[in-house]
Amino acid sequence: MNAPAYNFAYLDEQTKRMIRRAILKAIAIPGYQVPFASREMPMPYGWGTGGVQVTAAILGPADVLKVIDQGSDDTTNAISIRKFFAKTAGVATTTATADATVIQTRHRIPEAPLHGGQVLVYQVPIPEPLRFLEPRETETRRMHALGEYGLMHVKLYEDISRFGHIATSYAYPVKVNARYVMDPSPTPKFDNPKMDNCPALQLFGAGREKRIYAIPPYTSVVSLDFEDHPFTRYRFDAPCALCGAGDSYLDEIVTDDKGSRMFVCSDTDYCETRQQRGYCGSESAAPHKERLHG
Amino acid sequence: MYVAVKGGERAIENAHRLLAHERRGDREIPEVSLDQISGQLSLAVDRVMTEGSLYDRDLAALAIKQARGDMIEAIFLLRAFRATLPRFGVTEPVDTGQMQARRRISSTFKDIPGGQILGPTFDYTHRLLDPQLAEASIPEAPATGEASSAAMPRVTDILGLDGLIEPSPQADANTPVGDLTRDPLAFPAGRDLRLQNLARADEGFLLALGYSSQRGYGRNHPFAGEIRLGEVEVEFMAEDVGFAVPLGPITLTECQMVNQFKGSATEAPCFTRGYGLAFGQSERKAMSMALVDRTLRARELGEEVAAPAQDEEFVMSHSDNVEATGFVEHLKLPHYVDFQSELGLLRKLRQEFAEADALSDMQEAAE
Amino acid sequence: MAERENEDRDQPLLMAEGLGKSYGRLTACRDVSFALYPGEVLAIVGESGSGKSTLLQLLSAQLAPSAGHVSYRMRDGVMRDLAALGEAERRFLFRTDWGYVHQDPALGLRMAVSAGANVGERLMAVGWNHYGRIRDTAASWLERVEIDIDRIDDAPRTYSGGMRQRLQIARNLVTQPRLVFMDEPTGGLDVSVQARLLDLLRNLVSELDLAAVVVTHDLAVARLLSHRVMVMKGGRVIESGLTDQVLDDPREPYTQLLVSSILPV
Repeated sequence: MNAPAYNFAYLDEQTKRMIRRAILKAIAIPGYQVPFASREMPMPYGWGTGGVQVTAAILGPADVLKVIDQGSDDTTNAISIRKFFAKTAGVATTTATADATVIQTRHRIPEAPLHGGQVLVYQVPIPEPLRFLEPRETETRRMHALGEYGLMHVKLYEDISRFGHIATSYAYPVKVNARYVMDPSPTPKFDNPKMDNCPALQLFGAGREKRIYAIPPYTSVVSLDFEDHPFTRYRFDAPCALCGAGDSYLDEIVTDDKGSRMFVCSDTDYCETRQQRGYCGSESAAPHKERLHG
Repeated sequence: MYVAVKGGERAIENAHRLLAHERRGDREIPEVSLDQISGQLSLAVDRVMTEGSLYDRDLAALAIKQARGDMIEAIFLLRAFRATLPRFGVTEPVDTGQMQARRRISSTFKDIPGGQILGPTFDYTHRLLDPQLAEASIPEAPATGEASSAAMPRVTDILGLDGLIEPSPQADANTPVGDLTRDPLAFPAGRDLRLQNLARADEGFLLALGYSSQRGYGRNHPFAGEIRLGEVEVEFMAEDVGFAVPLGPITLTECQMVNQFKGSATEAPCFTRGYGLAFGQSERKAMSMALVDRTLRARELGEEVAAPAQDEEFVMSHSDNVEATGFVEHLKLPHYVDFQSELGLLRKLRQEFAEADALSDMQEAAE
Repeated sequence: MAERENEDRDQPLLMAEGLGKSYGRLTACRDVSFALYPGEVLAIVGESGSGKSTLLQLLSAQLAPSAGHVSYRMRDGVMRDLAALGEAERRFLFRTDWGYVHQDPALGLRMAVSAGANVGERLMAVGWNHYGRIRDTAASWLERVEIDIDRIDDAPRTYSGGMRQRLQIARNLVTQPRLVFMDEPTGGLDVSVQARLLDLLRNLVSELDLAAVVVTHDLAVARLLSHRVMVMKGGRVIESGLTDQVLDDPREPYTQLLVSSILPV
């Protein structure tokens, strides 16, 4: 039995070329979903294969890679993906947002503003923003081609008539470059404004659904809304219990069985960086010390 | 005091070790070998090869062992391996008409040239658990006879002589065959991509859809025209020598269904077909595939598309069990950030509801 | 009666020339020619199988003709052959300048979405972006078609057949189309509900200065709504003219048969 020898970053050059062509097309048409022949990867569909294929296609030996899931470098799937690239590409990895050249993320955009030269790769489960309104792909493709987004607005109208608010809290649809309506992936709507006019390149990979899309740097990204029901961000109204930040998205942690809760930054790098600079929250009397579980 | 949990990496390593430990199980019990899996659980190997889209008994057996018997996990392993293999090219189409058939039956005619051959089948066994198999079994030697040299023409070809059945669609020699693993699927799908999609589709999914069509959800009056099992030679056109080089035999199960006849204003009516093909002895899969191939041709044949088995987009988007399990099981991944957003929205709506309630209570009290 | 500004009422709005459709050896309709002017209502009457439904599909560009042309005068005054329109243009026409009322209102509505959203959808599709204004406009249209405004947030799944049909009409008229196609608009409704609906249609057509093509097997509907009528049999137009004239003094034997079989209302 022959043991397989893997190429740099796992994918063969032919496949990388195919994916890069799709990426270039996506960049040329901001917000448009480009179909691509997604490969079977060593992790299951739905677990980041799209993001991994995009990252594998653009990674070079000099790159520095950060991988986060739910904003944290330490969640199991982020670790698994980071190890995958460390093994197959041998690239340097980091948890510091500012030092990374490629950041692969699931469900969050880092709090620290990104700069030119960085690439943010999003993992996308369902790329089609109209999917739950119209299940047929043949129909949604036509709607995008003709710019017919009435159905999306109907959904927003219905939300307001039923709940008094637009009832979408994550994967909130946006209009890119004033043309295509796009699903930003299941990031909380809190993160939407970060996509607008961003200096970094944003790439979106959906492996199972076989689509790639992109937002080039400094592109307009506007969240859909009504004039009299404008888009608002949601954030739990409290400072981070560890670092005191009042402007970051917070995770709710249940601390006992009587319903006690505390709220800490979802972005672990942001929180730790602040703590290292001396910022504190109500739960930390002293600067944060890393503790390992034995 | 709360400390952010670290150590995810350690947890993953420990989980892998525990998995390997459980996979081996009781060290006193002999380890299962690939030969045993390939030889004595051969139908499992056949399924993994078919849905893994890779013909290699040893690798499929290894995948089954590594997956601890979880078939879809094994199929996933084989597919992931397949994705790393270099491609040399495309073989010549296999000629199932030349098959050395070990099993060959037709339900459309009582007897056919070449005969009805039962072969190794569960079909007429009585499903009584056999305690003798719990110990080492030494089965009787099978009956033998002289190999027949009689021709075994396909039943569908026999019907085709009189034009009773639609001809098998001939591929255009100039159009390259599509490749499901290279071209993204778009609808409506051509016959090549449709059959590839069905060949690697989950057996249970196709079985249920085929069953539903028999019960009236897209009925098309199927008859099993022919089912044959046996070996065919795979050949590859070697450019530098100028002829097709035989690569070796593979075992295939082929099923041709004969379905509801249909005609038009300009054509005399004839039977229609459904086609199924699988690696190894995978009859249930080949038959289900043939049923669903036919139901998916509803639009092409001018039938009303009303049932799930006829809905091309529905069937072909959900037939791949590796995709399906990936997405279903991805729900195990952390989703707490999005859940947090939902919690926030829900709390707000509940608060407004309570306020509106309190307000209307006050108004009632004031009246 | 409201008249549109700057409209050249002497130019036809919709024109059919030698229009026909066949399916293999079967001819659904042939040799249909007529011109429809702004504000004019044309009824196409015939029994089932006469070809009238196929003709409506041809006129509304939902079927491509096997012979002949259909032309429509766009808002810029230019006469365009419908077969030459791109799909985007055709769909845009359908959402703005045209209306299409189906016999079964479920086909022309989103049944699971509120009445307000049903009426507001076309407004949103052409760029309206203010929830309050969309809702108010939808509410005023519900009033106009005599639907209780309290039902604005209910889905048409909860409506009666007559209400659904009136909602479908409102949904079609909200963008002030110039031409409305109607396929048996009162079919399947109770007689008393039909009468009320016809009254409503007649008033709306007049108030909004709509041109309309109405397909019906019911001569009473033709009498009430249309200025002119075309009688179809076996895929051909066998008689046409002013409605009152044709129905009071039919020339063709088949038309006489149709007229004599109307039950007096």
